[in-house]
Amino acid sequence: MSASWAASPSELLMQLATRAAVRKRSAVRRRLTLISGLAMLGLVIAAVLLAPVLTGQSATAIDVLHPLAPPGTGGHLLGTDQYGRDLLARILYGGRIDLAIAFGATSVTLVGGTVIGLLAGYVGGRLDSVLMRIVDLFFAFPFLVLIIAIIAMLGPSLFNMFLAIWITSWVSYARIMRAQTVTAKKQQYVLAAKALGYSGFRVMFRHILPNTAAAVIIFSMVDAVGNIILAASLGFLGLGVQPPTPEWGSMISDGQNYLLTSWWLATLPGLAVVVVGVAFSLIGDGLADILRPGDR
Amino acid sequence: MSSPLLTVRDLHSYLATGQGVVRAVDGVSFTVRQAEVLGIVGESGSGKTATCRTIMGLMPASIVHTGGEVIYHPHGDVNLLKLSDREFQGLRGADLAMIFQDPMTALNPVLSIGDQLIEAINAHSKLTAAESRARAVELLERVGIPAASRRMRDYPFQFSGGMLQRALIAIALASSPRLLLADEPTTSLDVIIQDQILSLLLELQQDTGMSLILVSHDLAVISEMCDRIIVMYAGQVVEEGAAADIITAPRHPYTHALLDALPHSAARGRLRSIGGSPPSLVDVSPGCRFAPRCRFVTDECLTWQTELVEAGERGHAARCWRHQELAERQEPWQHSELA
Amino acid sequence: MSRFGTLPRRLVHVAIVMFGITLVTFFLLRLIPGDPALAILGSSYTHSRAVAIDNFLGLNRPIWTQYGLYMARLFHGNMGYSYFYNEPATTVILQHIGPTIFLVIYSAVLAAIIAFPIGFVSGLHRSGAVDQTARVFFTLSFAMPAFWLGIILLLIFSVHLPVFPLSGFGRGITGHLYYLFLPALTIALGFSTVLVRSLRAATIATLQSEFIDTARMKGISWSRVLWRHVFRNAVLAVVAVYGVNLAYLISGTVLVENVFSLPGLGTLLVSSVSDRDYPVVQGVTLLFAVLIVLINLMTDITQAALDPRVGQEIGT
Repeated sequence: MSASWAASPSELLMQLATRAAVRKRSAVRRRLTLISGLAMLGLVIAAVLLAPVLTGQSATAIDVLHPLAPPGTGGHLLGTDQYGRDLLARILYGGRIDLAIAFGATSVTLVGGTVIGLLAGYVGGRLDSVLMRIVDLFFAFPFLVLIIAIIAMLGPSLFNMFLAIWITSWVSYARIMRAQTVTAKKQQYVLAAKALGYSGFRVMFRHILPNTAAAVIIFSMVDAVGNIILAASLGFLGLGVQPPTPEWGSMISDGQNYLLTSWWLATLPGLAVVVVGVAFSLIGDGLADILRPGDR
Repeated sequence: MSSPLLTVRDLHSYLATGQGVVRAVDGVSFTVRQAEVLGIVGESGSGKTATCRTIMGLMPASIVHTGGEVIYHPHGDVNLLKLSDREFQGLRGADLAMIFQDPMTALNPVLSIGDQLIEAINAHSKLTAAESRARAVELLERVGIPAASRRMRDYPFQFSGGMLQRALIAIALASSPRLLLADEPTTSLDVIIQDQILSLLLELQQDTGMSLILVSHDLAVISEMCDRIIVMYAGQVVEEGAAADIITAPRHPYTHALLDALPHSAARGRLRSIGGSPPSLVDVSPGCRFAPRCRFVTDECLTWQTELVEAGERGHAARCWRHQELAERQEPWQHSELA
Repeated sequence: MSRFGTLPRRLVHVAIVMFGITLVTFFLLRLIPGDPALAILGSSYTHSRAVAIDNFLGLNRPIWTQYGLYMARLFHGNMGYSYFYNEPATTVILQHIGPTIFLVIYSAVLAAIIAFPIGFVSGLHRSGAVDQTARVFFTLSFAMPAFWLGIILLLIFSVHLPVFPLSGFGRGITGHLYYLFLPALTIALGFSTVLVRSLRAATIATLQSEFIDTARMKGISWSRVLWRHVFRNAVLAVVAVYGVNLAYLISGTVLVENVFSLPGLGTLLVSSVSDRDYPVVQGVTLLFAVLIVLINLMTDITQAALDPRVGQEIGT
């Protein structure tokens, strides 16, 4: 640090104060959001996978003696539902389904949509027009409604939920990626790569993609939050997995009937959804801070 | 010599940034007289814009310190720095006005030119709607916008850069200010338009008798228009004096360098740019701030407590302890086109 | 120069999108594995009815003819027949459209009332009390599923503090406003997250623009600068976001209607799924899409009205 000259003690103090303020906004703090998000998510995943270890109870076993037990009674940490099934166990096991959808649906649409967007943007011309028209078409529908309609036609099941999401959610990624690719095409590094005679695939995947991936990756976190909520929503509407398999959304729906007496049935599973949602949000914000500083 | 209109005394303006506290304005003093044209010249980062904004009370929120005085004489020698924003409002537009560098972004894009001009007129007068409109058209015509009445309805995006700057001048003059600060009004315009705008400003200044502070990095522009000139560097005034004196007999190495760098010098094979880059305004050096780039630097310069010393007549002063020697060593400066 | 220069172009675009929507909804029915007639009739299956449906849908004819028949019927307002309700699907759907429209408008207005002041103030006083509180609040509410938020609100304001009713649509305009307050609030809160963020960013950006300095320079009052120059420009960015997020709003109504048992299109959609009432499912999907297209069109018009630069994008 170069020597600086202060005319008076108060000036020196001012300088020190500003330097401290500057340091606060350093890299460590920026990573804090990302780290806390990852930590939260990690904990949830661990809890859900280690369900048999964390609770000896079964998610479907009926405890005739303790139906609708409030949290803490009868050896049930979070209480029981109307059939006396342990809520903690149901939440932990149910989480597997919701998390599976969050990861499974998001990853496929991320990859699929990105590739399609990349192709459309890079190749341009007819292919671009056709693909983007299809994208626009999908955007004309409210996604939930479309997904419900697709599940209606195919029949409610876990796999059909995946299918419905795959069919409809790739469009957001395609649109983002296409816009990024179109801009990237005009950049120096792409022109250079093309001039060197690299094949289209190589330019797309080894040059353009790494430089533009930030946008879709950040968006995938937002999408993951959406998919978790979507999974729970479909479960809530009775369009997901069928009983007695536990799933957070259907649990909330069941719990609504007992809102007046047993608030924990509807509230606690929802809390689980919120926790996972916040975790993904933090990861997304953290990534955004790192990959694109200065947006605050 | 007319009476003083605005006196700036030891003005300081510091801003907080990511790199530390920037001393944008670090001890600037000057006086503007009635009906005078004062030029402020310097590179970017010299503090010329910051000085104007501090005078107008338009500094950004990151300002951490203001010191010194800005005395506005017609209002009982009030110190503008001590006014609350509310009190200052009454003066802005009616006494002091400012036009900014980039006309393309200096107007609200969703309001018509007419609306924005009428807004300026109504800020300090109570005219009926019809009267305001008439005055607005009159102003637009005065600044040379053809078909003024029709163009009142147009939006900024429908105007060219030169037209926008004219409109901005009209807005600035709407309430007949006594002092107009023009911060690089022609920098983003092309050369032909530049001339037009500058002539317009001069014409308006002479017609209304207002004072004009013209800020630019272009010494050629300044020398043509101004009565007195201030040269700024690293937040300080390094030379001041009558325009003619500054141009023909500069007394600070920086001013020399600026003149040298003008294309006019090329004829004498003396086109030189100023090496190095402007100093950091965060870590200021104790000695002369121009020393690192000065052709005539000596060891003493690095520790000399700089101050403005008298260097000639008519209030000519320079912040260089060697100014006398330099004057004797230099060939007489001949810039027939500029003087 | 007309402010709405590109409007005719947009209307053409809208028409094209409408056609596309009908294509998608048409193909929806073709997704059903197995015999559509069997699926549609369900327990009302008789051989003669099945044949009638086959002819009606043109199932034994080329797919484009089927589409043509579908479009022809649509133009006559015929969305098929609901064997579940024993009424034309159109009738059933129209009976349910009122509450949904009311809810959508109510939520949109509430969202604006909540988000605009908060977003604006957050942008004006960055890191101030309002900004910090709002950020925390909205990060949390963003991750909350709309239906869960609705349940929580129900829990607090209907069960524990009996301020609002648990369900139903109410009678008369005041009745509707009262009964739909919690549902509309639920949707509005989720929507507001994005609006607040957007307006905040737009306000911060606008404050740094040079025309704000010009406005201040004129000597007009700060509140006038805030309203006429800062807000007027910042809100432009939000109008676009508003439109884009309307899809979210619509999805929200589906869930919220279910939570609050409102007799709207959302409840109809879900119940007809479990009722295997395919024509109704198809019809409601189509209607929702049409709603969105109309809302987007209105957003475009609003943008053109507020921003004189927008109408000039001919050729872009």
